[in-house]
Amino acid sequence: MESEQSSREIKKPKLAVFKFASCDGCQLSLLNAEEDLVAIGEAVEISHFLEASSRFTSGPYDLTLVEGSITTPGDRIRIQEVRKQSRYLVTIGACATAGGIQALRNWGDHEEFQRMVYPHPEFLDTLATSTAISDHVQVDFELRGCPVNKDQLVELITDILHQRKPRFSRHSVCIECKKSGTVCVAVSRGIPCLGPITQAGCGGLCPGYDRGCYGCFGPAAQTNVSGLSHWLLKHNVPKTELVPLLRNFNADATPFREEGNRLSSEQDTEVE
Amino acid sequence: MTESRSIKVKALTRVEGEGALHIRLAGDVIEAVELNIYEPPRYFEAFLRGRSVEEVPDITARICGICPVAYQMSSIHAIENALKIQCSSETRLLRRLLYCGEWIESHVLHTHLLHAPDFLGCASGLEMGQSYPDELKRGLRLKKHGNQLLDVLGGRSVHPINSTVGGFYRAPSRQRLQKLIPDFEWGLQAAIEATRWVAGFDFPDFQHDYEMISLSHPDEYPMNEGEIVSNKRPAISVDRFEQEFQEYQVPHSTALQANRVEENSSYLVGPLARINLNRDRLSAKAKRLADELHFETPCTNIFRSIIARGLEVVHVYEEALDILRQAPALSPAKISYEYQAGEGCAATEAPRGLLYHRYVVDETGLVKQAQIIPPTSQNQLQIEKDLRRFLPGVLCDDDQQTARDCEWLIRSYDPCISCATHFLKLDIERLKS
Repeated sequence: MESEQSSREIKKPKLAVFKFASCDGCQLSLLNAEEDLVAIGEAVEISHFLEASSRFTSGPYDLTLVEGSITTPGDRIRIQEVRKQSRYLVTIGACATAGGIQALRNWGDHEEFQRMVYPHPEFLDTLATSTAISDHVQVDFELRGCPVNKDQLVELITDILHQRKPRFSRHSVCIECKKSGTVCVAVSRGIPCLGPITQAGCGGLCPGYDRGCYGCFGPAAQTNVSGLSHWLLKHNVPKTELVPLLRNFNADATPFREEGNRLSSEQDTEVE
Repeated sequence: MTESRSIKVKALTRVEGEGALHIRLAGDVIEAVELNIYEPPRYFEAFLRGRSVEEVPDITARICGICPVAYQMSSIHAIENALKIQCSSETRLLRRLLYCGEWIESHVLHTHLLHAPDFLGCASGLEMGQSYPDELKRGLRLKKHGNQLLDVLGGRSVHPINSTVGGFYRAPSRQRLQKLIPDFEWGLQAAIEATRWVAGFDFPDFQHDYEMISLSHPDEYPMNEGEIVSNKRPAISVDRFEQEFQEYQVPHSTALQANRVEENSSYLVGPLARINLNRDRLSAKAKRLADELHFETPCTNIFRSIIARGLEVVHVYEEALDILRQAPALSPAKISYEYQAGEGCAATEAPRGLLYHRYVVDETGLVKQAQIIPPTSQNQLQIEKDLRRFLPGVLCDDDQQTARDCEWLIRSYDPCISCATHFLKLDIERLKS
């Protein structure tokens, strides 16, 4: 019995957490799992989780969670190394899956941004863009959210430990509002809401608090972004409000980016 | 001639943020101590320009996943000052309650999962749980209370969505708030026990006559408002902050550092500074506990910050209970306001210390200029100075041990480099002397 138990312990899968440009909130969601955290600590060997533990071992890792986006030449190299060391690499959160709020630099003048914030931009070594992890390496699964939903995070870890493919609904936030009985804030009160084009996962949080969805879970599957913007424009939401709404935490996710750019260029033409 | 020696120990762990510590030694003479924060810059102050004032609290929350409420509170107060908005007293109370949730979540995370393991020789909170299962369980339950309070008031604990300029999007449910009372009654007692526990740890004998800075309010423990006080100089109003304190850049860090304009001197912000400057405004139970534990103020040992955090957790539990019992009704949830061109600043007490924001807004409600000075930038110079004084006492042949001691000191500040990543690399370079 004893040897069986120890052999089982040896086989504990190795979990790693790596951070790139981000706020820490998604990996904090793992620490916020509280009771589940202790269970996870028993089911896996936490091999690399610098926020939580000073003990870390080198790869390869069975499951690597990556938080944050790629914004420096050094991180562009580091993510390649992390990929090599990882059997499954899963990105957690909007920064890792779409570049995050810091991807707003992709529309700005990077050098001007540097000069504006830092007296000595020459000390910095950063890229002009903030990009998703999948722009650099193969990603096995993307968990959405700004921040991720901690229950989904725990479910994802459990799925992978049991060799199951994680499955999360890719339908829109609208379905969540219908399920929770929240009256549509866009239809009933004219509040601009990205619910129809945003992936579920939050439980319809913002409409439940009397405000429009601002898209933190990124684009839903087969979404019709221009259909929504057409409707919002028709209902007197100006482009000057709609473009920033599409350009926040998932600004560089393809459907949001394309529609934001289209509206913004129309706006420029109108001004001319 | 002493042999040159270079020691590299990877990773200062159990802190929020990414950086390295570089120590250069010639013999036993310390030539340089540099806290190297290499968290990639994200340029918040640049891309906030042109955003509407209503978007600002959602955006600045993303500076830090551990203290998003602090960023929301400082930005909202600054914008309300710019727009000359006066919120209701109920809003004020509920904002304090929201902040109580964040203090509990952040302080208990730090004391139990990040800092206590240092005192007990463990590598992590989970490892500590093998020898101290009840203490870990109690800590996780306390942390959960903080998150539950954030959930009820803010919709979720990381990047809450309910705070806005002028109040809240939706008035918090009084019924849901009152349901928290039994848990918080248990939590208050548990927080007292947890503070007794950490106060029994062994502390290194390391004192320094810091200049301590915090907000101070005549009637309450500092949180959302007050003037800026110091143990060394006269108090100033928050709008004088940028005249008295300045940010500057050093080559070895992507975080700007701050110091006193007048003498370029370092100063300390955070729980130890707050409690030293505001002890008489702690709640009754926190005050009694401080007396019982013989927690002498001014306390000038940074390692004892863990006790200050514990006492503050007791305070916010007691204050939160008081507000929960009142369960203020908020109607309307938010007041309406007109845009006007203007400038406003505000400082609030983030769990890690004073957090200053200033915004210039135009007549259409868009941000023209933003300035944000987080607590860790302000503590950075003081951390380096402390390390310089602390090092001679801990230098030994075992550089790993020296590294662990230095990390312990750095962790006492609960640095939120995250505002950076989690990789403080200790690199001791020994030069030929």
